[in-house]
Amino acid sequence: MTATPHRAAALFAALGDETRLRVLLRLAQHGPASIAGLSTDADVSRQAVTKHLRVLSRAGLVSGRRHGREHLWRCRPAGLTEAQRYLARVAEQWDGALSRLKDFVEA
Amino acid sequence: MNNDDRIEREILLNAPVARVWQALTDHRQFGEWFLVDLEGPFEVGATTTGHTTYPGYEFLPFEAAVERMDEPRLFSFRWPQCDFETGTRLDEPPTLVEFHLEDRDGKTLLRVVESGFEKLSPEVRERTLRMNSSGWSEQIGNILRYVERE
Repeated sequence: MTATPHRAAALFAALGDETRLRVLLRLAQHGPASIAGLSTDADVSRQAVTKHLRVLSRAGLVSGRRHGREHLWRCRPAGLTEAQRYLARVAEQWDGALSRLKDFVEA
Repeated sequence: MNNDDRIEREILLNAPVARVWQALTDHRQFGEWFLVDLEGPFEVGATTTGHTTYPGYEFLPFEAAVERMDEPRLFSFRWPQCDFETGTRLDEPPTLVEFHLEDRDGKTLLRVVESGFEKLSPEVRERTLRMNSSGWSEQIGNILRYVERE
């Protein structure tokens, strides 16, 4: 499934922040973590982590699930591939247009 | 040649720069290869509108706000993002499209750059300045590498 520009916008916006990238990288590297754990690792308040997780979650980059007494967050790599696929699709449209331009000016 | 915040393409066209310039900036000629039906000519500072003529996508609107027409080297415009499925114009900053032309022994080296994807959402703008040291490519690549290793 290719992301629509709107989805891609949410993805790029979510990735456009250092703390969020750190949180995401931490989840990708070391697996699921709680807000408390992420807050310690990223050296930011729990409140801030909660806010960043909400943005990442809306963009489909992380998902949270209750695990016993803890609420654990994990990285969703599908969200990242979606962002890359969106750009690939725009690039494909350019390839089509440029090959038509080539035929047009060389005719 | 793709960064994650821009799309860049280069193509050598077997036609003189003047010919390519015409094909890019004359709105009727542009429409023939880009497959759009445009209502008016391209003019710096003005917006040209029309719709796609690509079979199956006729509902897609086309809109380009021309920024520069530096004959015969640079033609650029900004266009809004539309939802591919519905044609709805999205409330996001437009991306910038640039056509750079260079003479290569009577042929034309054309470079197309579409940029500004990282700015699709306004809240990102100031933050991207701090991101300069590490591009999107690198960051996304890093994360995917970790994930794929598992």
